[in-house]
Amino acid sequence: MPVFSYLAYPVKGAKKKLLNDLSALDHCEVMPAKNKEVLILVTDTPNEKKEEELQNKLKELKSLQSLGMTFGHGDV
Amino acid sequence: MSITRRAFIKSMAIHSAVVAASAMFPDISFGAWKEKDIPSGGIHWNKAPCRFCGTGCGLLIGVSGDRAVAVKGDPNCSVNKGLCCVKGYHSIQILYGKDRVRKALVRKNGKMVEVPLTEALDLVAEKMQETIKSHGKDAVSMYGSGQWTIPDGYAASKLFKGCIGTNNVEANARLCMASAVTGFLTSFGLDEPMGCYEDIDNADVFITWGNNMAEMHPVLFSRMLANRKSKGHVKIIDFATRTSRSSQAADKSILFKPQTDLAVANAICYEIIRNNWVNWDFVNKHVSFHKGKTNIGYGTEDHFKFKDKPETVDFNQYKAFLKDYTPELVEKMSGVSAKDIKYMASLYGNPDKKVTSFWTMGMNQHTRGTWINNLVYNIHLLVGKISTPGNSPFSLTGQPSACGTVREVGTLTHKLPHGVVMKEKARKMAAEIWQVPVENIDPKPTYHTVEMFRALDRGDIMFMWIQVTNPMVTMPNLKRYRDGSLKGGRFIVVSEIYPTPTYDIADVVLPSAMWIEREGFFGNSERRTQHWDQMVPPPGDAMCNTWQLIEVARRMGYNKQFSWSRETYIQDIWNEYTRFHDNPKHRMAPYTVLKERSGVQWPFVDGMETRWRYNAEYDPAAKSEDFHFYGKPDNRAWIWLRPYEPAAESPDSEYPFWLNTGRVLEHWHTGSMTRRVPILHRAVPEAYVEINPDDAAQMGITNGSKVKIISRRGSIVMKASINGRGNPPKGMVFVPFFDESYLINEVTLDAFCPISKQPDYKKCAVRLERA
Repeated sequence: MPVFSYLAYPVKGAKKKLLNDLSALDHCEVMPAKNKEVLILVTDTPNEKKEEELQNKLKELKSLQSLGMTFGHGDV
Repeated sequence: MSITRRAFIKSMAIHSAVVAASAMFPDISFGAWKEKDIPSGGIHWNKAPCRFCGTGCGLLIGVSGDRAVAVKGDPNCSVNKGLCCVKGYHSIQILYGKDRVRKALVRKNGKMVEVPLTEALDLVAEKMQETIKSHGKDAVSMYGSGQWTIPDGYAASKLFKGCIGTNNVEANARLCMASAVTGFLTSFGLDEPMGCYEDIDNADVFITWGNNMAEMHPVLFSRMLANRKSKGHVKIIDFATRTSRSSQAADKSILFKPQTDLAVANAICYEIIRNNWVNWDFVNKHVSFHKGKTNIGYGTEDHFKFKDKPETVDFNQYKAFLKDYTPELVEKMSGVSAKDIKYMASLYGNPDKKVTSFWTMGMNQHTRGTWINNLVYNIHLLVGKISTPGNSPFSLTGQPSACGTVREVGTLTHKLPHGVVMKEKARKMAAEIWQVPVENIDPKPTYHTVEMFRALDRGDIMFMWIQVTNPMVTMPNLKRYRDGSLKGGRFIVVSEIYPTPTYDIADVVLPSAMWIEREGFFGNSERRTQHWDQMVPPPGDAMCNTWQLIEVARRMGYNKQFSWSRETYIQDIWNEYTRFHDNPKHRMAPYTVLKERSGVQWPFVDGMETRWRYNAEYDPAAKSEDFHFYGKPDNRAWIWLRPYEPAAESPDSEYPFWLNTGRVLEHWHTGSMTRRVPILHRAVPEAYVEINPDDAAQMGITNGSKVKIISRRGSIVMKASINGRGNPPKGMVFVPFFDESYLINEVTLDAFCPISKQPDYKKCAVRLERA
């Protein structure tokens, strides 16, 4: 039952789009910075399979430039 | 207020992200989120230094019942101001690996068998006494660690040097910091940096010498980036042999050929003098010039001995010596353009720029490690950029208490808690504090680390007790030392927390309590001592390493010297140990102060910490109107004439590649802890060999394909990484050493700096084959 947090960087000019894209995904909470081009993404999936599915969906987002993991916990 | 554990962890995940974002963008705002949003129901928070690198980040550990459940950065700790790296945030998970060693084990008929801890401790004492009786006191040895707590190292030194009477005490810090120590001693007469981390907030220029701080000291690197971000004009120069994450974040990346940092440092000094950027007032008042022996060897043979012979010279002799190091000549040798050498010299030489140099293993794991430390000090001394805020030559430490335990307590063969065994005054002081006859303390050092393992191989040492380190992964030229440890009659005791390759060679395994399962102290890179309390109980029979030593000492009859009570022994040891440093140059803070604060810097005089040593404005021991380098008999800092000399082994037609080894952000040293943290393990699940893309293309090697790395000592097969997080130049490969499944040290060479005796893990010759 993994919980992760990331700094999510949008492709140039796509912060709002990234916020919408991430908010639309299951198991995701998003908190945009008010004054910088970065968002906090917290993922909270029920099992490894869902986690893997979510990771694959994240990889497909065109508005997402990169993710930097800041926290991870696999055994909750 | 009560919350679920899951909600708590989720809130910690948000907190971690906010802190990480704040480090990168100091003025970032996330609107409504506030620190107080972290619920704290049922969680008790206690301070501790991080268990990993020498930065000494302050952590707050959340404990619920008997279990550590959360970590956050300690905002009261000036080191990290609330920030942690990925290892720090996951640090508590190292306590809870499934295969934690919980019971003592003894080898019986070739098999490790669980026994009561008292039986194992009896056997350790008995074997040690038996070995001393049959082979002499110098046949028993202790091999400890820069991850030892201060009380661990102190108890070991007292038992072996004071009671048993052998100087066979060494620690793995010999493999990571010894050249820094000899660099400090030869240039300043006293160990450890003159500056502190506040230099990071004050400098205008950072030059990192062979030092991938983005991965090895990420929190300090973040402070550098924050300084650059806030001031705008700050420059970071990455001077290295390989492109790394630090290079990517730097303003300029300059690559040099291995070992030629010696020549480049001299060329920078040449340029400083040629342009008259010398701070003559500082040099005339505070610097003297010296030369030592040259062609000093590499220590690859057993019983290697070296003693330097310093000679005083003058500035003109120094200037004449530097004529061989014009930027144009050094360009040919080093691959660094004359333009770049002049650029670096201009940064150091600009009187309006405050410059901090950082280094760690690139300069220390070097067959001329002492020399290159001296040469970087030379640069700072010539321009007088030292011991003032932002002007700092700064050797960073690799391990959490390499400074606190190994360098300050003196857990190296030649050292005592104050001074060296060769000095009668130091022996008398130790004998008095330890309550042993002064004759017990041998005036002759015995074996440094490499030679200690050679002695085990030869049979000069027959008993070795290893604590908090994993030499069967980390020793260079590893096969010789593993085979040696398994030879007949050797008896190896290993105090451990998890099974490791070192555990595999043990005759006795003692289960150890680790980090917050016991009380302790560490000492970080900036002379900061950090205390923590026991927060959770250790598993099974696991026992604090200090108490293991006390139990064995008492079994050997040293009750008087080890009479401390189980309730107060850490405090009692601190009170005894600090008697060694009761002077204004090294006074340590009292126990009660350390217990209260998130670390205290020494010298701690009249209730004040010393930020910059040797500067009378900050250092009460400095007796001068401005600077006073009181460590040397002439009260000056020493500039050394140290030439370029080649590496012990360089690429040739048979072995055409340099092999460079090191670490990665996610794993600590040999990975015995971090590889048991699922998140960290998943981030970097196995070691790999970084190959330059052109070399790989030429050899038909693709990303992930298997490559055999072969040296004159051994070989290893592993997967290739091309254009990964690091990129070596053509003719070099890089392998991280965290993975015990790929023992890269079977390939490395056990050559060392003849002055510091620290091995060079960064340079040997290999060839590659597709596997």
